[in-house]
Amino acid sequence: MRFTKDHEWVSVAGDVATVGITQYAAEQLGDVVFVEVPDVGKTLNKGDSLAVVESVKAASDVYAPVSGEVVEANGSLSVTPETVNAEPTGGGWFAKVKMSDPSQVDGLMDQAAYDAYLASL
Amino acid sequence: MSETAEITLKTPLNAAHRALGARMVPFAGYDMPVQYEGVLAEHRWTREHAGLFDVSHMGQAKLRGADPFKSFEKLVPGDYQGLKLGKQRYSLLLNKDGGILDDLMAGRPDDDGLFIVVNAACKDADFALIADALKHEATLERLDDRALLAIQGPEAAEVMAKHDPKLAELGFMECTRLALFGVDCFVSRSGYTGEDGYEISIPADAAERIWHALLGDARVKPIGLGARDSLRLEAGLPLYGHDADESTSPVEASLTFALSKRRKEEASFPGAQRILKELSSELGRKRVGLHVKEGAPAREGAEIADSTGKVIGKVTSGGPSPTLGHNIAMGYVPPASAELGTELKVIVRGKELAAEVVAMPFVAQRYYRKPA
Repeated sequence: MRFTKDHEWVSVAGDVATVGITQYAAEQLGDVVFVEVPDVGKTLNKGDSLAVVESVKAASDVYAPVSGEVVEANGSLSVTPETVNAEPTGGGWFAKVKMSDPSQVDGLMDQAAYDAYLASL
Repeated sequence: MSETAEITLKTPLNAAHRALGARMVPFAGYDMPVQYEGVLAEHRWTREHAGLFDVSHMGQAKLRGADPFKSFEKLVPGDYQGLKLGKQRYSLLLNKDGGILDDLMAGRPDDDGLFIVVNAACKDADFALIADALKHEATLERLDDRALLAIQGPEAAEVMAKHDPKLAELGFMECTRLALFGVDCFVSRSGYTGEDGYEISIPADAAERIWHALLGDARVKPIGLGARDSLRLEAGLPLYGHDADESTSPVEASLTFALSKRRKEEASFPGAQRILKELSSELGRKRVGLHVKEGAPAREGAEIADSTGKVIGKVTSGGPSPTLGHNIAMGYVPPASAELGTELKVIVRGKELAAEVVAMPFVAQRYYRKPA
């Protein structure tokens, strides 16, 4: 699993990256009450809004950590958005992206680097 | 919600919030708790039990003079000359055009002038305006050495009755001055959640002791500003600076209940000409409640469109209703679209979501009415 400074994670299998937010991000958001996931087929550039997560208080964007095409979206979050809080790095994933440039993953933090980054906040 | 990065002020309970693990945010210049265990849990706790809020950032003052009630009426549309001892009234500070400068509570907990509570973000401007406008007839004393707590929820009365049985007898919008926890308090039966409950003005140096004493009751949990906002939204209560501001009149803001009968007859409050005209006919827009029937919550700033897709207004507050389980909002629309049952759209991130004009409060208020 690799991480961004905006607290997204990606898990790579072949050229497909599964994207979610970290435990830290889920705790910061508080109770998630609504999730908007991208349409399958949508092309995203790294840094584009991939999903929107809504807590009681506010809406927050989740940014694409890598560029590519959405090949699967986690539609179950429309029924059970609280999964983002319960299992942020598991069942709370947002989308799977077929990467156009898999080398972008190399630019993301590994677990040790992300832990150090969290400790610095 | 005016935030400032300049000097961050602290309420007397700042250390107590941090000790409870609250998440702190800047609000109206203060470092305030937005949540303790979580907004949803705190919201539900308040609807089912009793929630304790630190609202010490709000402005408290006493207005005294030869006839402070008559004097105060120069600035607000409420009947304060007719306010009996032991009662309080909601009112609006108006500019000369009838625009709302702030909303406030003013009451007579004792026979010593008028006790006024205003919004935190507006308090410096409000108090300067009141003091200056009435300087030849009344004196405004800011009570910056007092903290303010709110205890809200169906179990609030039982909790407070334990400390003084008289408090159970206080009716909604009644107030009193009494010794509670061994200190001098102003207590009113009122709040900002739609629930029964009390607002309690206490000396700042006793705040931490009283906070802990109230939290010592298993029915009471601390509640942050996050749930305070979702609770007041469900109760249909406007948040000043969002759902009402200087550009809105009391009629547009659907706050005509704050215009007392005698004051309307006398047409003697700031902006009376415009406001009375709006009451009889000409109104450009009106604050309404919306049930957003699908999709994402519609937040402040979301456009409201009619059934043809034409943009007719904006959402001023909105979000999920934990009690109802669907999204709700308040916003301004032309009177022609303000009828209950009108089908409208709200536009969230480019998507048109079905919405319907519904009555406020969204969740029934449960104020304590004294038996006649």
